[in-house]
Amino acid sequence: MSDETTAKSIHDLPPGFAFDPPMAARLMTRHGHGGWLGLDYRAHGTDWVELSLPWREELVGLSETGVLASGPIISLMDNATSMSAWTLCGRFVPHATLDLRIDYMRAAVPGRMVIGRGECYKLTRTIAFIRGIAHDGDPADPVAHVTGTFMATHGTYL
Amino acid sequence: MPPYGAALGIVTDHDEDGNPVLSVPFSERMMGRPGFLHGGAMSGLMEMAAFAALRAELDRRGEQMRLKPVNIQVEFMRGGTEQTTYAMGKVTRAGRRVALVNAEAWQDDRSKPIALAQMKILLSPAG
Repeated sequence: MSDETTAKSIHDLPPGFAFDPPMAARLMTRHGHGGWLGLDYRAHGTDWVELSLPWREELVGLSETGVLASGPIISLMDNATSMSAWTLCGRFVPHATLDLRIDYMRAAVPGRMVIGRGECYKLTRTIAFIRGIAHDGDPADPVAHVTGTFMATHGTYL
Repeated sequence: MPPYGAALGIVTDHDEDGNPVLSVPFSERMMGRPGFLHGGAMSGLMEMAAFAALRAELDRRGEQMRLKPVNIQVEFMRGGTEQTTYAMGKVTRAGRRVALVNAEAWQDDRSKPIALAQMKILLSPAG
């Protein structure tokens, strides 16, 4: 049986494990792609989770401008919205991203940290419907909007 | 290759009918759940492939354009495993102001894509 001290990743947690967003975020940001990006936990509510993506040279998409590539923003929103589904559900349920759509409002300002707020607005037995925004300081002036779905692969959300 | 692509190890592997095919080896940096590709990393790769296909098309036309992403829709169809991943974009329509580009990602079996993406990119004359 894994717990926080032995789990290497959130996927080492047994299905049904009571979901604690800050603890889960530590697991998701310790290894792999999320760890490389430097994603960090900021806050959560009953159906939302906020993660941060610090700006750094290595994540730039166009050297001349210093603007972050959009890949890291997709990953930030994938992770924040994924966690929002487990937060609303209250348990860790293995799931897979079915689809994600990102609308880019504007480029993130070079040097600024990007904040991703993911929200799960509906859970069915097998599908989590999510949406979210990414901003670089002012939530009223987002960098991107996102919407998508996840599917429970082992067990159900409800 | 921009810093983000270079840091992940993305390279242009070869051309297919004038479309650049990008590839990236599996690494800890590309990993989501243990042993599998991260969906965001997969999306980043397809997005770069979409841009590369559009740039190749604009080069053929001799047009210098600034590209700005409007949106991307990604469908994940299979889990990516610990092996090289490829992605190629295909310009569906590139007019004067906006382009629609499809991209797909696959691993060892070209006929079994692991993800599809559709991207809209705004074009504006450079300079």
